[in-house]
Amino acid sequence: MIACPACDALLVDRDVAMGDTASCPRCGTVIEAPRPLAMTRIIMLALAALILMIAAVFFPFLELGAAGMVRRSSLLDTVMAFATGLTAPLTIAMAALIVILPVTRFLALLYVLGPMAFGWRPARHAASAFRLAEALRPWAMAEVFIVGVAVALVKVAGLAHVSLGPAFWAFVALVIVTVLKDNFMSRVTVWKTLDARRTS
Amino acid sequence: MENAGRPPHILTARDAGLVGCTQCGKVHLPSAAVCGRCGAALHARDIANLQKVWAWLIAGIVVYIPANLYPMLATASLGHTTENTILGGVVELMHHGSYGVAAIVFVASIIIPVAKFIAIAFLGLTTTRRVRMSAHHRHLLFEVVEFIGRWSMIDVFVVAILSSLVRLDFAATITPGIAAISFALSVAFTMMAALSFDERLIWDALEDE
Ligand SMILES: [Zn+2]
Ligand SMILES: [Zn+2]
Repeated sequence: MIACPACDALLVDRDVAMGDTASCPRCGTVIEAPRPLAMTRIIMLALAALILMIAAVFFPFLELGAAGMVRRSSLLDTVMAFATGLTAPLTIAMAALIVILPVTRFLALLYVLGPMAFGWRPARHAASAFRLAEALRPWAMAEVFIVGVAVALVKVAGLAHVSLGPAFWAFVALVIVTVLKDNFMSRVTVWKTLDARRTS
Repeated sequence: MENAGRPPHILTARDAGLVGCTQCGKVHLPSAAVCGRCGAALHARDIANLQKVWAWLIAGIVVYIPANLYPMLATASLGHTTENTILGGVVELMHHGSYGVAAIVFVASIIIPVAKFIAIAFLGLTTTRRVRMSAHHRHLLFEVVEFIGRWSMIDVFVVAILSSLVRLDFAATITPGIAAISFALSVAFTMMAALSFDERLIWDALEDE
């Protein structure tokens, strides 16, 4: 038996076929949706996301030109914008939301799903790592940041000429990759696989 | 949503004298404290859980007040400084004719936070009271609240990007105001409120009828 994580309905814990979707008859929450090669795809996407994040942090993000001067701003500069004065604590929060938490999530997912994709036994503390990855999910805000950039561009447009740097496009790609990756995941399937591999 | 009437009675883990894991779904005997499969803490429904939701929600509302009263950012240009609150920023964007962006900021910074306060309070109250709204609709409402909460952070990010771009070497300087901090806290607190809400409570009320 299995209990629906959302409404607590008791359901028969049947094996869900590849490509099928099992959802709760009471509340409609998707319980399991295994897809062929899902684990491998998540790993590839998480790796791609990590590389894109590195590019996004170190390349110039936005370029602002006014009165013959050009100012480049990287993601790091954006984070540091709050570094002085009363708003200093926000620096840490910003760095966490945009860079640190997403990176931690990617690393945790790689650690948990890497051995799974090759059919190996789970790594040590894989359960804690996956719990961490799931707990961080709402706090990794890369896609919100992208919309923020768009709004900022409009606000500053009257003041100076703004162009997007390579890091911006890396970041957009990162968001797409992250959304794709999260759509492949079905939490219950990962837990069941981890559990089965651990005991086998 | 497809069945507006009363759904057929379904046995829950609680009815069967068991505790279900809200992370991975594994069912346990009530004596278990931690899930044997995923290690998450197991909870039967408890009222302390709901109190946590109220505490986070009230904290979120309290810090939302200064977020609207104090300046979100200060623009210093040619010797004089203008300070903008959240609403002031929206008005200014409309002045420049950027209605679309003004709408994004208005929705993200004012409509969504206020709607979230109301929605979480409503969901919290209706776990113990009978209401017209079906469990299906309340479940949907909860999912929307959970999904949309993080989008309120937009304005904080906008302030950060603007201040890093527009610095002393230009005719204008933009510095973040104190409201940025209280607004960010408000978003974080309401997210905590939504995260500590036990979804199962929505369905329990249906059963107790
Ligand atoms: Zn359910
Ligand atoms: Zn569990």
